[in-house]
Amino acid sequence: MTWKQMFTSSIGKKLVMGLTGIFLITFLIVHVGINACVFADLPVFNRDDNGEMFNKAAHFMGSTVLIRIMEIGLFAGIILHIVQGYLLTLQNQKSRGVAYNKPMGNNGSKWYSRSMGLLGTLILLFLILHLAHFWVPARFTHVGLDPVLYNNVLMHDMFQLMKITFSELWIVVLYVLGCFSLFWHLMHGFQSAFRSLGISNKKHLSLLNCIGNGFSVIVSLLFALIPIAMYLQWVG
Amino acid sequence: MEHKNINLKLKVWRQKNSNDNGTFETYDAKNISTEMSFLEMFDVLNEDLIKEGKDPIAFDHDCREGICGMCSMYIDGRPHGPWTANTTCQLHMRAFNEGDTVVVEPWRAKAFPVIKDLMVDRSAFDRIIQAGGYVSVNTGNAVDGNSLPIEKDKADASFAAAMCIGCGACVAACKNSSAMLFTSAKVSHLALLPQGEPERQTRVLNMVAQMDKEGFGACTNTGACEAVCPKEISISNIARMNSEYLSASLNSEK
Amino acid sequence: MLNSKIPSGPLDSKWKNYKSTCKLVNPANKRKLEVIVVGTGLAGASAAASLGELGYKVKAFCFQDSPRRAHSIAAQGGINAAKNYQNDGDSVYRLFYDTIKGGDYRAREGNVHRLAEVSGNIIDHCVAQGVPFAREYGGLLSNRSFGGTQVQRTFYAAGQTGQQLLIGAYQSLERQISLGNVEMFNRHEMLDVVIIDGKARGIICRNLVTGELERHFGHSVLLCTGGYGNVFYLSTNAMGSNVTAAWKAHKKGAYFANPCFTQIHPTCIPVSGDHQSKLTLMSESLRNDGRIWVPKNQGDNRKPNEIPEEERDYYLERRYPAFGNLVPRDVASRAAKERCDAGYGVGSSKQAVYLDYAAAIQRYGKIEAGKKGLVHADAATITALGKEVVKEKYGNLFDMYEKITGENPYEIPMRIYPAVHYTMGGLWVDYELMTSIPGLYCLGEANFSDHGANRLGASALMQGLADGYFVIPYTIGNYLSDEIRTSAIATDHPAFAEAESKVRDRIHMLMNIKGTKTVESFHKRLGKIMWDKCGMARNAEGLKQAIKEIQQLKQEFWSDVKIPGSINEMNPELDKANRVADFIELGELMCIDALNREESCGGHFREEFQTEEGEALRNDDQFMYVSAWELKNEHEWTLHREDLNYEVVKPSQRSYK
Repeated sequence: MTWKQMFTSSIGKKLVMGLTGIFLITFLIVHVGINACVFADLPVFNRDDNGEMFNKAAHFMGSTVLIRIMEIGLFAGIILHIVQGYLLTLQNQKSRGVAYNKPMGNNGSKWYSRSMGLLGTLILLFLILHLAHFWVPARFTHVGLDPVLYNNVLMHDMFQLMKITFSELWIVVLYVLGCFSLFWHLMHGFQSAFRSLGISNKKHLSLLNCIGNGFSVIVSLLFALIPIAMYLQWVG
Repeated sequence: MEHKNINLKLKVWRQKNSNDNGTFETYDAKNISTEMSFLEMFDVLNEDLIKEGKDPIAFDHDCREGICGMCSMYIDGRPHGPWTANTTCQLHMRAFNEGDTVVVEPWRAKAFPVIKDLMVDRSAFDRIIQAGGYVSVNTGNAVDGNSLPIEKDKADASFAAAMCIGCGACVAACKNSSAMLFTSAKVSHLALLPQGEPERQTRVLNMVAQMDKEGFGACTNTGACEAVCPKEISISNIARMNSEYLSASLNSEK
Repeated sequence: MLNSKIPSGPLDSKWKNYKSTCKLVNPANKRKLEVIVVGTGLAGASAAASLGELGYKVKAFCFQDSPRRAHSIAAQGGINAAKNYQNDGDSVYRLFYDTIKGGDYRAREGNVHRLAEVSGNIIDHCVAQGVPFAREYGGLLSNRSFGGTQVQRTFYAAGQTGQQLLIGAYQSLERQISLGNVEMFNRHEMLDVVIIDGKARGIICRNLVTGELERHFGHSVLLCTGGYGNVFYLSTNAMGSNVTAAWKAHKKGAYFANPCFTQIHPTCIPVSGDHQSKLTLMSESLRNDGRIWVPKNQGDNRKPNEIPEEERDYYLERRYPAFGNLVPRDVASRAAKERCDAGYGVGSSKQAVYLDYAAAIQRYGKIEAGKKGLVHADAATITALGKEVVKEKYGNLFDMYEKITGENPYEIPMRIYPAVHYTMGGLWVDYELMTSIPGLYCLGEANFSDHGANRLGASALMQGLADGYFVIPYTIGNYLSDEIRTSAIATDHPAFAEAESKVRDRIHMLMNIKGTKTVESFHKRLGKIMWDKCGMARNAEGLKQAIKEIQQLKQEFWSDVKIPGSINEMNPELDKANRVADFIELGELMCIDALNREESCGGHFREEFQTEEGEALRNDDQFMYVSAWELKNEHEWTLHREDLNYEVVKPSQRSYK
């Protein structure tokens, strides 16, 4: 069994999907953790934070070499996940041949389990928008980014950029929809990734299911709350 | 049990042979006793068709006890029809109501080409077993049956996987037409037993390779296979096969 | 003169001696010898696999879409073996003795002893193949008891023993296919044996997908094609089970032995209407815990649960206190028929008796409550616990019953009635399993050899696998060792051409009748004649009438059958017509055999020959023989007798009281 044979087999491809999926899940933890810093500005915490905590965290991420290297890995992971996902979906669709006149529908499986390709595509579209909004200015163009000084270090005011971006209702709506797609994608993807890695013990699987469901809810909700909170000016 | 007679409309896939394009035909099934099995209803319909000088509907069936795995209809959007843990031959007309229209299709998968009407060619399953779904022991080699104690839980789990009847409902139900539930059931059956140990790695590698070669899709863990399996084979067998496969391919030195 | 070729010497060393002295074929020659195996059930798959392992070039044929579908798969209860793991006094001799006695002294001692001897090897081999037999917590194999025996020697895998054993054999077969030792032909039906210079040299078969006829050569041919219970139309056999292969061999000169010995299984789900296409068996193991009864009053229309205990007649326990509900199948079936005929039957058809689990549920419930230390458990708890246990043991059977009848057997007693299940008769074979045609062998249910006039539960699987794994690999060598100089015969040999053209003619003839009645309708009519007049009870007058009716039916069939479709395509109706035509001829022979055998024994019950208590009355003086029938002309057979010599067992009136 050569490496090539392994990774081009149906199980190997699933493995790639699962591994990149889990990698992206860990990225989501970091991402949501940093983004959640904007909530430091909530009145209950510190009305005067004004994005300081978030901006510092963002600056740390942008200025640390190791993380910048990992960012490359992240993009590689995303691209692999996307390309492999599309190839698999295409191949799987072809293996049916003639379609059923009366599809099974939800008779035995969940709609979101069957719609990973569609949900993934929605997330991809969202991702393009999202990168254009924040990642491109932060890394390259610096358009719309004011400098801000914390502890004598000059940083980009990403918080300000978010406030401006999320003052538009349609953008907020798109972001919430993006989070919604992410939620359903994770609902299936989280536990499915572990199955693909070979976790078969029923006790472990049901635990993973619980964690997966909790994770999907918390992460998607936190992400969705950020544009909403900014639009409604709970923060900033 | 109270029984009554009902009238149904049947929309059935007709296809003369594998080269034909095929189409749906509609038939009236009149005065059907709810005590009948679904296939007995087809028997009655076929008798009528023959008397009318038409070609009867071809379908696979044999034991009609839910164990041979030969019957294979996709009934009203579900392999083997609306009952769970059931085969078409054991589906009884009690499951339907007066005036229902029932759509009957063959298993749909590229790896299961239609032979005629509702019959499909499932020899791909045999080839997957040929690739390694056995213990290589020649007749006459065995030691005493009790010289190999097997933990009851493991024996039971192995039996639960070995119950697979090879009907192909898992493939028919899967949106990817994946044969992983079938393949994993055999991999699990043998991997859970000490007898299967010597060939454990080659078995899973070869069976998966054959499965891929046959043109089945890849599993995306939707669970549809498990939901329609007449023997309720658990989808966790697929996860077990994944782990067997990964450890086998990592351990192989080639 | 029939030569059964039973080796001389003491009973327990016949097989040992045979094995040590039979001729062998060296490995290089095995590669040149071709063997055809028709049928891939337990006997066929195990034979094809074992012969492939030995190095023979094997071609295997089955009419189903895969060898794994063969009807052996439906056997539920288990497989006997004289392992004595339970320390309850079992031995090879006892298994041998039980089988001979269960068969009502109409089986060969030599064959049955060999069967008992290899029974243990079967279990060992199946375990090695990975058959997941039921096990105890200590990890060792578990046993259950079965009808007609007083020891626990039945190995099982829940209610799916046949499935697991067949899958084991199927896997071995598939392995040989992948190694190139066996070539497999699915969806092929054998339609004739080719005989060259008096020896079986090949077959003609029809590719059921394309309708083409094919010729296949073999140095010898093995028929492992199962029983002919479907001659009764309604039976527990699979829809496709048929006698065609065996019948074609019979027409080519192979003797058909004891055709009237059919087994009626006592615990099947009763017929629900005219539409019925087959009957479903409820495993005999249900009689371990269930109690069989009918109301004490005739025509009692109350619901079963409303009939008080004192008004129930547990007739098996009453008549056979020693074995109770576990009497052999023939006895249990006749007792049920006797009660129903006397007007005590239950259900809407009145052709059923109750199989009641209420007592077992209570018994198990109390044991469970005791285990759990629930001293004062109330009735509901005990019932619930009891149901759990019953579910664990018989859950799949109860589910099946509920699916078919719509009734919940945990609450309402099951209704059961006897149904045709197994045929002890079949092609006559000698000790080596060779039929009266040299080079043509017959294994498993298709032959007549080991069960006499009645088969004990869990013995069919044992026999099929014994024949395939442990007998034929030795005996075929004894024949093929003389064939090593015979090179493969080309299939353009005139004998092949002639056989094929006869098959072709017959198919054309069938298709050209273009009559008005469907194949199914003839089959139903045949079934009714057979069941009414050659079923559980037979008498001379009825049998004579049946013979006439069958002859008429045959004539009508060949002048008025309607077969749709064409020849060169998949045509299940044509396949069925071919089979039914053979069943009709077989039916006649069965009645002739039943008429000839003026005694009652095992599954053959002649009303004229019974004891005062209504038990079967054998006539050992006149009928201690195997009836082997040779076909002479249409409707004309010659009887060859093979006398049965009991050297060890002394035949006695079978008693289970």
